[in-house]
Amino acid sequence: MNKQVSHVGIAALVLLAALIVATTYWQTWANASLANRQDNEIQLVAQFTIKRGKIYASDGRTLLATNVTRKVGGQTLYFRRYPTGPLFSDVVGYSTQSRNRTGLEQSYNDFLTGSNANLDTVFRSAIDKLKGTTVTGNDLVLTIRPGAQALALRLLRGKCGAVVAMDPSTGRILTMATSPTYNPNLIEKRYGLATRTSLPCGAPLLNRATAGKYPPGSTFKMVTAAAALDTGRFTPDSQFYDPGYCEEYGKQVRNAGNPEAPETFGNVNLSTGFQHSINSVFCNVGKTLGAGVVLDYAKRFGFYSLPPLELPENERVESGLYDHGRLFNPKHPDTQVDPGRLAFGQERLAVTPLQMAMVAATIGNHGATMRPQIVERIVAPGGKTITHLKPDQLGRPIKRQTADELTRMMELVVTGGTGTAAQIPGISVAGKTGTAEVGRGNIYTAWFTAFAPADAPRVAIAVVLENQPNGFGGTVSAPIAKQVMEALLR
Amino acid sequence: MRNRELAFLIMVGVLTAVGFASVYIARQDVISTSSLTYAGFFFALYVAAHLVTRYTVPFADPYLLPIAGLLTAIGLTEIYRLRPGDAFRQGVWIVVGVSLFSATLFVLRRDYRRLETYKYLFGFTAIGLLLLPILPVLGKTVNGARLWIQFGSLRFQPGELAKIMLIVFLAGYMREKREVLAQGRLKDWGPLLVIWVLAMLVLLETKDLGGGLLYFGIFLAMLYVATARIGYVAVGLGLFLIGAVGVWKVTPHVQDRVTIWLHPWTEHKVYCPTADSFTLRQNCQSFQLVKSLYSIGNGQFGGTGLGKGTFTTTSGAQIIPDLNTDFIYSALAQELGLIGVAALLLVYMIFVLRGIRTSLLAQDGFSKLAAAGLTFGFALQTFIIVGGILRLIPLTGITLPFVSYGGSSVVANFLLLAVLLLISNRANREVLR
Repeated sequence: MNKQVSHVGIAALVLLAALIVATTYWQTWANASLANRQDNEIQLVAQFTIKRGKIYASDGRTLLATNVTRKVGGQTLYFRRYPTGPLFSDVVGYSTQSRNRTGLEQSYNDFLTGSNANLDTVFRSAIDKLKGTTVTGNDLVLTIRPGAQALALRLLRGKCGAVVAMDPSTGRILTMATSPTYNPNLIEKRYGLATRTSLPCGAPLLNRATAGKYPPGSTFKMVTAAAALDTGRFTPDSQFYDPGYCEEYGKQVRNAGNPEAPETFGNVNLSTGFQHSINSVFCNVGKTLGAGVVLDYAKRFGFYSLPPLELPENERVESGLYDHGRLFNPKHPDTQVDPGRLAFGQERLAVTPLQMAMVAATIGNHGATMRPQIVERIVAPGGKTITHLKPDQLGRPIKRQTADELTRMMELVVTGGTGTAAQIPGISVAGKTGTAEVGRGNIYTAWFTAFAPADAPRVAIAVVLENQPNGFGGTVSAPIAKQVMEALLR
Repeated sequence: MRNRELAFLIMVGVLTAVGFASVYIARQDVISTSSLTYAGFFFALYVAAHLVTRYTVPFADPYLLPIAGLLTAIGLTEIYRLRPGDAFRQGVWIVVGVSLFSATLFVLRRDYRRLETYKYLFGFTAIGLLLLPILPVLGKTVNGARLWIQFGSLRFQPGELAKIMLIVFLAGYMREKREVLAQGRLKDWGPLLVIWVLAMLVLLETKDLGGGLLYFGIFLAMLYVATARIGYVAVGLGLFLIGAVGVWKVTPHVQDRVTIWLHPWTEHKVYCPTADSFTLRQNCQSFQLVKSLYSIGNGQFGGTGLGKGTFTTTSGAQIIPDLNTDFIYSALAQELGLIGVAALLLVYMIFVLRGIRTSLLAQDGFSKLAAAGLTFGFALQTFIIVGGILRLIPLTGITLPFVSYGGSSVVANFLLLAVLLLISNRANREVLR
């Protein structure tokens, strides 16, 4: 009988040993795949046990994102709150319980949760975990000025559009406002309410500054003029005759204004053509240079690549030619693209406000493009700065001389051309207007890009307003640009 | 031998104090310092039990009682962490269990083999107990299985007691008939088969699959010990499989269990009978199993630490239902980690080893069979519930011996322990002599 008893005993031990093996499987081998399951509420809760880092505006005091604590089942959980509401929502984004994140909340999630690979942070988080204390994330301080941001958003109220302002010499983003916008505090509780807007353009969650695609209109003449001067084919004094239209493919392409009686300037030079935004002049420049050269300069300014900002990739879009909603990079631009219309910003061009601000900033910065950046510094919970913004030159698309000639031309736009509404007393402003037809009657996309002070700019700006009835860049957008620049220069 | 038992009990007492202290530290805002008195009270209770064993079964195995103490302590600590209110009730049940344990030892201290004389009484009482929940007024269905009887607010699962009685019956019967059983004459099989067919029918009626597997497993193990014929085990397993397939074919409840076991996660929406809509299975029928696996996975190697596991959602809702009864293993696995639950299973293995040793040392067939049956049943029950949670076998609700919250289970396991100690006492005494 004893033999059988030991067999039974062995069977019993084998059963129990199988349990150890199975437990090992689930806790080590399959642990990661279990954790990644969408319906794993434990992982969901786990991220709320982390005290996410706070986000501040450039003054280091204005709190953009913080946490409220709540005790749930004996655990302290941290939930996100955005004290400034809609003011910074497109930059800061949101972080919800269902792990949906946008904006910096998404792209800086690792830093905000203290799980970045930075040695200091790794060490501290590990200690926190071992001690069983709350893991605290790193704080972000942004480059955005809260005052100017609030002003820009107020000026945009009731309109659809965006304002982007940056420091040309360092690339710091000083203002990034978009309208309509949303209140991130409502995303979780009342998503429907958060995403509702009374404005006809809709899409309040879209960051129009970095992901809005607009026809650039005459602001693109900055790029064409840069190509014209930089190639040495033209000088600001190059002479043109403007009959009120330009002939392309045997057809007349008329200047802006009333099509029945186009503005006619007669004999002008390139500089005057730029000052008054004469389409026929740029049409001829485009025909002389060819679409390939113009597009090449556009690429040097950053077109056809994602603007290198710290926001998530899907919240930025490339500027360039778009064909049926998709970026169109022509292999043979001289046969595939209409050079005349391209030169004054029509064709199939679509650009982001950020890209146009970068063009203006590059001209203002004497031809050097600085990487646009939005995170000033990352601060560990103890107050130690982990990383600090380092200005980074992306490239030099045009010669210094070209940039300075362009600056003079842009100054003329503001002193006595289409952009006089942007004049700031005591400060020389260099700018360019843009008014793009959207194919419906007298509805326009109104642009203004500028930088100031012209000689040593501290701010470059792009303002775009959508669907402006009879609204020209110089009349509706320039005043907004002026006020925001004033606030930033003060 | 008793001194060794006392030493182990002191170790268990220290461990219990540490366990309660760590729960207290982790959850200060939920519970109070009075929690620490649990450990003291608990230790006193086991010292009392130890004094009883000193008097009644001085030669009994010194490991079994401390192991029971350790397991109840682990269970009580975790129950206390999950639902402090339940821990008090569990504590009361442990007191009842220890009292019945002591009473059993006192009554049977001279010769427990008297039990053998009453084997048929035990057999029929067991069947009666199993039948009780089917009665219309008393019976109560919980989670699809009709296993409970209810008097007012008091609920009791008679199956747990029936298990021990059945083992005693089988030990007595098989001891008497083992030679003839080994010969395989049908007429000697009569009473056995009748009782087993009855037991199986009862199980079908109560839909307690885990119980069915448990009783049948114990039966086969004891039959093997009694007859030494492995063929019986093979035939028995074959019959069980055929029976299982048959039950699976006719019972939707069983079909659900098997589907959940094989495919707990679905990519596409499937019909959800409880909500009468189409959802992913992990959000409907298999959510309990799946959430429990998430809990186990979250424990990883070292566990989150006692009191630091996540069992509620951000809104405070319970993630896994029945956490402190059927699913206490997944709570332990999360908080103690692989190290902790592997150690727990090793403790179960030690219990099994001591039980088997008792059976090997026992001099008479009845004692051998009873000890082997009780020990194997103890292991198999652990396997059925934990294996179900770990998706080794289809999940059925059954308690984890000594650890799960539940009065009937605690009391029954203390009775089991008492019988094992009695057998061990006699066996060791005879060996020493």
